[in-house]
Amino acid sequence: MENVSVSLPLDPRQVLALRAGDSVLLTGPLYTGRDAAHRRMVEALNEGRELPFDPKNQLIYYVGPAPASPGHAVGPAGPTTSYRMDAYAPRLMEAGIRGMMGKGKRSGEVVAAMKRFGCVYFGAVGGAAALISRRILKSEVVAWPDLGTEAVHRFWVENLPAVVLIDSLGNNLYESEPPKYRL
Amino acid sequence: MREIEACRITQEIKRLILEASYRIGPDVDSAIRAAAETDPSPTARAVLRQLAENYEIARTESVAICQDTGMAIVFLDIGQDVHVTGGSLSQAVDEGVRSAYRDGYLRKSVVRDPLYDRTNTQDNTPGVTHVQIVPGDRIGVTVTLKGFGSENMSQIKMLVPADGESGVVDFAVRVAEQAGPNPCPPIILGVGIGGTFETAALMAKRMTARPIDQWNPDPRYAALEKKISDRINALGIGPAGTGGRTTCLKVSIETCPTHIAGMPVAVNVCCHAARHAHGVI
Ligand code: SF4
Repeated sequence: MENVSVSLPLDPRQVLALRAGDSVLLTGPLYTGRDAAHRRMVEALNEGRELPFDPKNQLIYYVGPAPASPGHAVGPAGPTTSYRMDAYAPRLMEAGIRGMMGKGKRSGEVVAAMKRFGCVYFGAVGGAAALISRRILKSEVVAWPDLGTEAVHRFWVENLPAVVLIDSLGNNLYESEPPKYRL
Repeated sequence: MREIEACRITQEIKRLILEASYRIGPDVDSAIRAAAETDPSPTARAVLRQLAENYEIARTESVAICQDTGMAIVFLDIGQDVHVTGGSLSQAVDEGVRSAYRDGYLRKSVVRDPLYDRTNTQDNTPGVTHVQIVPGDRIGVTVTLKGFGSENMSQIKMLVPADGESGVVDFAVRVAEQAGPNPCPPIILGVGIGGTFETAALMAKRMTARPIDQWNPDPRYAALEKKISDRINALGIGPAGTGGRTTCLKVSIETCPTHIAGMPVAVNVCCHAARHAHGVI
């Protein structure tokens, strides 16, 4: 399968053209966030405050990295299970986020918001954390250092391998692929 | 009476946590490599190759296989002729956990209170300790690191005797099906049948740490292990949930006597990053 190069922040036209099943290589900056950061981001938006970064066309990676050992930009950093962010994701898409990356299924509300705002959901391979971290060249905390691993980080990634799990039309790899291998 | 200093337990727990975090067992490693050749789905084979490469990086560079280095679960089988000296047992366990997670660059993922004060304890303590008193004068230590992507997909059900074998199979298969891609398949299922509510869960947890090339010694239960995993692999979920025939590497069952009215079944889901290590003091 041919890899599609995707530069970050996302280009909304490219996002609309991506299709479930596409293998991509991501290059550029992205932001991390998981349970606690999502809660704070949505609280900020609901209270009319700014997010700690400009969300326009950004990709949020659901990850809580392990500490970096000497000589590495970041520790192992594979995806966490995305459904825990489902309650917050539509609000962030409304604010400008165009992509999410994690692992696992999403709710109907999330997929509806993806179609409405033209967003993509990428999957990285869960558990391939040491391998993924080799494609993260730089990491810095941009907000809420008190959250430790759950703080919002900015990662610079180069050729980070991922696959389009759900595209902006709602095509879903988790629904289309398993039936082909069902006995 | 054999005296064992508490600090020996600390050292052993630290050593085992680091070994488990960096080195996948040869049983899981070879099962993943074999499936990377044989799974009919090209996507599945690509995912499995990534997992094998990831194990290799973790082993050679001494980094964690997965960023979720879990809660540290410690099974202590303490010989009844052992006397622990020089400190408290639970402090010795927590000190082992603390120093392993600090010195090994492992993620700290434990919060102080489940509901009202979810503040990180910063050192991954407390460890979850299960003590059994056994004959002899040694301490058997098994450490298993449990990430919550798979822990959250686990379920327990109080079946009734009339549910029979098919009740057990259907429940275990349903757990895997509902979990789908979330627990990072290929998964290992630890299944506890019998006992009471809590013993079923504990047996299930212990079974997630049993080598996957071991089978239940009772041929009826060994056949049941095979039957459940075949049914799960027929679902087509596949590695990472994106289709394929490698969904469940192993089902491991432990049983114990139960009440005339009951048949508790606990299914503990464990991901392919099945991290455990065993030592004897
Ligand atoms: S389920 Fe296992 S492999 Fe997947 S992220 Fe959690 S600990 Fe890692």
